[in-house]
Amino acid sequence: MWQKAGFRHFLLVSPAMVALILLFAYPISRILVKSLFDPHFTLKEYVYFFTSPLYIRVMWITIEISLLTTLTALVIGYILAYVLRRARPGVRNIFLMAIVLSFMISLLVRNYSWILVLQRNGVVNILLKYFGIIDHPVKLLHNKFGVVVGMTHIFVPYIAFPIYSVMMGMDLNLEKAAQNLGASRWQTFWRVTFPLSLPGIGAGALLVFIMALGFFITPALLGGRKEQMISNLIEIQVIDLLNWPFASAMSTILLIVTLIIFFIYNRFLGAERLWGGVKP
Amino acid sequence: MKKRTKRKTNWHDPLHIGWPLWVISGASVFFLIVPVLLLVPMSFGSAEIIEFPPTRFCLDQYRKFFSHPAWQSAVLTSLQVSALTAICSTTLGLLASIAIVWGKFKGKGFITGFILSPMIVPLIVLGLAYYVFLAKFGLIGSKLGLVIAYTPLTLPFAVLPISATLRGFDRSLENAALNLGANRFQTFMKITVPIIRPGVITGALFAFMIAFDEVVIALFICGSTAVTLPKKMWDVIRYEIEPMLPAISTLLLLLAVVFLVATGLLQKRVARRMESR
Repeated sequence: MWQKAGFRHFLLVSPAMVALILLFAYPISRILVKSLFDPHFTLKEYVYFFTSPLYIRVMWITIEISLLTTLTALVIGYILAYVLRRARPGVRNIFLMAIVLSFMISLLVRNYSWILVLQRNGVVNILLKYFGIIDHPVKLLHNKFGVVVGMTHIFVPYIAFPIYSVMMGMDLNLEKAAQNLGASRWQTFWRVTFPLSLPGIGAGALLVFIMALGFFITPALLGGRKEQMISNLIEIQVIDLLNWPFASAMSTILLIVTLIIFFIYNRFLGAERLWGGVKP
Repeated sequence: MKKRTKRKTNWHDPLHIGWPLWVISGASVFFLIVPVLLLVPMSFGSAEIIEFPPTRFCLDQYRKFFSHPAWQSAVLTSLQVSALTAICSTTLGLLASIAIVWGKFKGKGFITGFILSPMIVPLIVLGLAYYVFLAKFGLIGSKLGLVIAYTPLTLPFAVLPISATLRGFDRSLENAALNLGANRFQTFMKITVPIIRPGVITGALFAFMIAFDEVVIALFICGSTAVTLPKKMWDVIRYEIEPMLPAISTLLLLLAVVFLVATGLLQKRVARRMESR
């Protein structure tokens, strides 16, 4: 009986599985093959990547920008989640709407808006000049600042929501109890609230870090030549230089790093947190 | 009788938020929303140069956008590709969700992880993978190629809301219908479908929006014959100055608002159905 029902359900899931194997797993496995065979087995693309100073530097820039944006998004997201948990329903709904809306607006539109805000004769420079704070426009775009601002803007909701959902499940009486027992507000936060919200922090921060490592749009539009991340180099190798084997090797490295972080995460936090708390 | 009294500051109240936190969180919300909103007034400015603040009010940018054949075909391509993608991934996702939520079979955990895995693979890796894959079949620059690439990508976003709705669905209702003499097909059409429909529509909307906004994979596989709206916008932002982008952005902002309202209403319906079960 179970056997039969199990088989029926397996039939239901099989169209999705077939589609994923043929149209997702197979294309990805092809780039792994392309990076390793030319036409015989070779590791030369990987050796080149790990011995060339240029690519070592790009790897560091990628990690640095990813860490920086994760950190800034974490601080902003945490404060938002903290306030959301405590605000009156009216205020909470307005804040939530704003976060969700920003989350749903096209990525390109959001990046484009930052170009108009940060460029040489952009909104920020016009305002600063108008108020007499600066005489000459400040360079805010095509540097690390621009990239971090643009990426933080995109990632805040990804961090705020998991922390918020953890905080909504938190019993605020615990804080009250701590304070009644003589803890200061600061102590209460660090000894009670913060440890209880750690699962949300871990989930949000790791998700954002994984996304940041492979991010492409923002460094391409808001970064300068020195802020190009590994994704951008892959694009250049494919579109401009037509060097598919090397681009495949870089993609494989990026994919493997992403998967390793994901498995660590899955091991310690459980992947279902990543899927927005929806347990599969 | 409700009377609002001003709450006295109570430092022991866990709900108390100090003013520095209000300032920071207010500024964060400002940071998230205002740069995008600035595009709205700019969209009513001149269609020759982008200026802030706009010196005149007109609809030139919108007029230019709607009368430009290249942009029209980009919008059309995007709509077709996204709609077809949403249909494919919602169908696959609905079947898979039913199995994942209600079924018991070997390797369920692994299969679930596999179905959700397109979410974590970097888009640039997928872009290269589909570039190589589709080139082999001569599908670069075709709408079919785009649908092939977007269906796996959007599958997790369809599966998540659908499986959440299924999980909240009380299956004893189906048994009740069967006991009252309905056959399996009637039960499915009259009981199951109406209850899970809001979740399925939400899944389809998500899949549509993800496909409609995707640009990284599109860069690799659009070619010059199946240019989507995001790809066209990308080319314009990166390589030329096009003063009607604020208008396009405003329209996309409007689309996001519509989407937000639609998913909000659907969510309410899901919640109501679960309460009244």
